[in-house]
Formats: sequence, C-alpha cells, structure tokens
Amino acid sequence: MEDELKEIETLQGHTDKVWSVAWKPLAATTHPLVLASCSGDKTVRIWEHTPSSSPSSLSWHCKAVLDETHTRTVRSCAWSPSGKMLATASFDATTAIWEDVGGDFECVSTLEGHENEVKSVSWNASGSLLATCSRDKTVWIWEVMPGNEFECVSVLQGHSQDVKMVKWHPTLDVLFSCSYDNTVKVWWAEDGDPDDWHCVQTIGESNNGHSSTVWALSFNAKGDKMVTCSDDLTLKIWESDIEMMESGNGYAPWTHVSTLSGYHDRTIFSVHWSRDDIIASAAADDAIRLFVENKDGKIDGPSYNILLKKDKAHDVDVNSVQWSPGDNRLLASASDDGTIKIWELTTLT
Amino acid sequence: MTLGLINANPVVHAKKERIARTEDPHNDDAVDPLEIYDILLFYLSSLLDIRDPEHPYSLEQLSVLSEESITVDEKLGRILITFTPTIQHCSMATVIGLCLRAKLKHCFPPHFKVDIKVSPGSHANEESVNKQLNDKERVAAALENPNLRQLVDECLYSNEL
Repeated sequence: MEDELKEIETLQGHTDKVWSVAWKPLAATTHPLVLASCSGDKTVRIWEHTPSSSPSSLSWHCKAVLDETHTRTVRSCAWSPSGKMLATASFDATTAIWEDVGGDFECVSTLEGHENEVKSVSWNASGSLLATCSRDKTVWIWEVMPGNEFECVSVLQGHSQDVKMVKWHPTLDVLFSCSYDNTVKVWWAEDGDPDDWHCVQTIGESNNGHSSTVWALSFNAKGDKMVTCSDDLTLKIWESDIEMMESGNGYAPWTHVSTLSGYHDRTIFSVHWSRDDIIASAAADDAIRLFVENKDGKIDGPSYNILLKKDKAHDVDVNSVQWSPGDNRLLASASDDGTIKIWELTTLT
Repeated sequence: MTLGLINANPVVHAKKERIARTEDPHNDDAVDPLEIYDILLFYLSSLLDIRDPEHPYSLEQLSVLSEESITVDEKLGRILITFTPTIQHCSMATVIGLCLRAKLKHCFPPHFKVDIKVSPGSHANEESVNKQLNDKERVAAALENPNLRQLVDECLYSNEL
C-alpha cells in the first residue's frame, strides 16, 4: 500500500500571496464543499465545489469575492461553527464579520480595537465567543451578542511579542495562542466565569517547547492532542487529560509527547490535524508533509512517522494547509504563488 | 523615523579594485553574487543618498555591503545577504534590510529563498534584527506601511534608467 497526494485542481484568482484557507463546516453531507481563502490582495474569495459532468471542466469555481472592506492584507479567516458567518482578520487592524445571505456575503460588523495588524481569528465550539490576536501582543476575546454585535469581554496580555495565531479548543472553552516570542499560551476562565480569563500555562523552550516563532497549532478530533509548528523547523505533539477538564476537576496542563524534526528545512507556517489522524504541515520550503502516529511500538509513548512528502507542492512558500470536512480526504493548500491547490489523499493498493 | 545613517564620523574604507572576470558562456542563467552586489550597492547608495545628502561616502566605502557578504547557492536556490550597519545601534538596520529584500524580490526569480542578516557582532540587537528581517509576515506588513512603502518604491524606481 502506498499513499499518494494527488493534485486535483489549482484555484486561480487572487492577485497576491494567499495567506490562509478555511473550509466551511458541512451542515449536511448533501451540501457542496465551500472554501474561503484570503490574500495580500486585500480580498477574500469563496470557492464552491460543483460536481462536474464532463471531466475536462473545472469542478471548483469562485462564488464570491469579498472586497472593498479590508484596506490591507487579509491574513486569516474562520467560519463560525454553523457556517453562516465568516470572520476575517486583517493587517488593517480590524476583524470583519461577514454573513452569508443567500450566496452573497455582506459585511455585518467590523471589530476594532487592536493597535495594529490582526493576525488570526477563531470561533469557539459553540460559536458564542470569538478570539483575535495582533502584533500589539494582545489576545482579545469577544462575546457574540444578538444582532451581530460583538462585545470585547477580555484583553489578554502576557505575550512579549507579536501573537501569530489564536485557536479555541475543539470542545472546551480553552483558548490557545502562539507567538513570535516562541511560546504557546493557554487561556482559561476559572469556574466558567466569563470575565476572568487568564493564562494558565505557558509552553516555552524551557519546558520542551519551541526555540523560535510558533506559527500555528491544531488539535486532533477528540481534542486530547495538539500539534504546534515553528520557525525552529520542528513540529511538536502535546497531550492533555481533557476528561479531567470536562468533568470540571480543574485545568489539566499540556505535556510534551514528541518532536518531529529533520523534515522541513525552512520555516513551518501551518499545520492541520485531520479527523482521521493525519497531520499535514506546510512550509517555506515549498513542500507539504503528512505524518501519522506509529501504532507499532508504543513502549516509549506515541511516536510519529512521515507518511509522505510532497516536494514542490507549490512554486514558492506554502502558507496554509487545511483538511476538508466530509468523507473525501481533500487537502487545500495556499501559497505565495497566489494559488490554492486542492489535493486528494489516495491509497494505492 | 530617522533615515540618516546617524554616524557623523564613519570609518571610511578604500574602494576595492574590481577584478575583471571572464564570462562563463555556459552559465547564462546563473545568479551571480557580484551581479547582486552591484545591483544592491547601487540601490542602497541611492537609498541613503536621497535621504542623507550630508554623507558623501558610498556604501562600499562604509562597508555596509561587500562582495563577500553575498552568497548564492544556485542548487538550493538560496541567497544569503549579510550587511554591516555602520554603528552598533543603527536604527536604519531594519530599513536597510527591508529595502534589500524588496530589491531582491524585484530583481530575481521568486523561487529564490532570501535570508538577510546583519554581520555577526555588528549590531546591539543582532538577534532581534535578524529575526524581524526574516519573518515574512512582519516584512509583508511593514511593506504595507505607507511611509516605508514610499521609501522602498522611490528607491526601487527612481534610479532605474
């Protein structure tokens, strides 16, 4: 058996580097797959899959271009869990909230407050909270109010540098941020008090963390494992006793499981853990790598092996990788070359 | 932002004599460190001359950039530029680095991976300057800053005859 990452299609339209991609959650399996992408061209594009009748025709088309709102690079985007809203974070210091109104996207709110570039935005599992982060070193938590109102409930200070990414845990209201200061910080509201967010853990070089900028992180489906990627050219796997947290017995810290080094040879910008436990990573070496847990010898704890490498996945840096929802093992990648590629992971027998 | 060299009494080095080289007819597409050096030197001279007419010396004489500070790995497609800010606390270091990056991007195929560093020991905040110059997100954001963009653009286009 051999696995292959097959290029399905290249999506063209952006006129500058594509920084990030986000798959819309699938409301029903009958719904088409939808992907959002954001770019240095200051726009967001919405791409929709249409099963094509003839093999020669393109099966992805650009359904909408969200423009004339952000005045600088749109760095990242995130769908609300319902798929009805899209949040976009921009170097123009704002986060825009877009609503899907019958295929058209309308900007319904603009979140202001950060002093400079907003780098990342994330919705919590229930869609009631939003987090943003910025070069201004802060992480903001916003409460989603009725009528497309967003109220800032907390400004979290703790990072000593530029915050690159924020990500909510997939099931619990625990927030993670990673930074140019080489650390990952975990933010938690004790006893669920919505006004008492504070840092409960800092993962740094002294506790097996990264030695340079941490660019991204991702969770497995269950939420008991996390992967981080860095400018130090490594990926790191972490785990936590989330059952303890779920049962209300306090915060369970994340501990180091494994370090994956020697694969990418330039900055790793993006990492994403699939529902069927395949970790994809993308880097400035133009390559995509896939990793799986080695289930054979578990004596020294879990170890991870490379499943495959795709050299020259793009002509230049790959900035983002995301596994699709749904049954197909589709992977979207975004690059400085201005394109998005859709890949399918197939197993050759 | 102060755009001068902030060094009233710079150490001035003699201009190096250029050794004439024979062209290799079989290697037309290769990226030549000397070619990069010439482009960047000309570019940086104009960058700093525009802003700082008080400084009569060229960057070569100030040793900001030397031919040895450029290495090209053709096979891996990598370019490493090491430059020397004229004083330890030169606030121009990040601006110079940014301009060098913009100029290289303008002149060479995009698949070249460019690393830009200040030469070891030449800057008080060496590590932080290097980190900032090689963080592509920070570079992209800086180039969207209207003041910096204008400076970079002026220098990119003003002397291309």
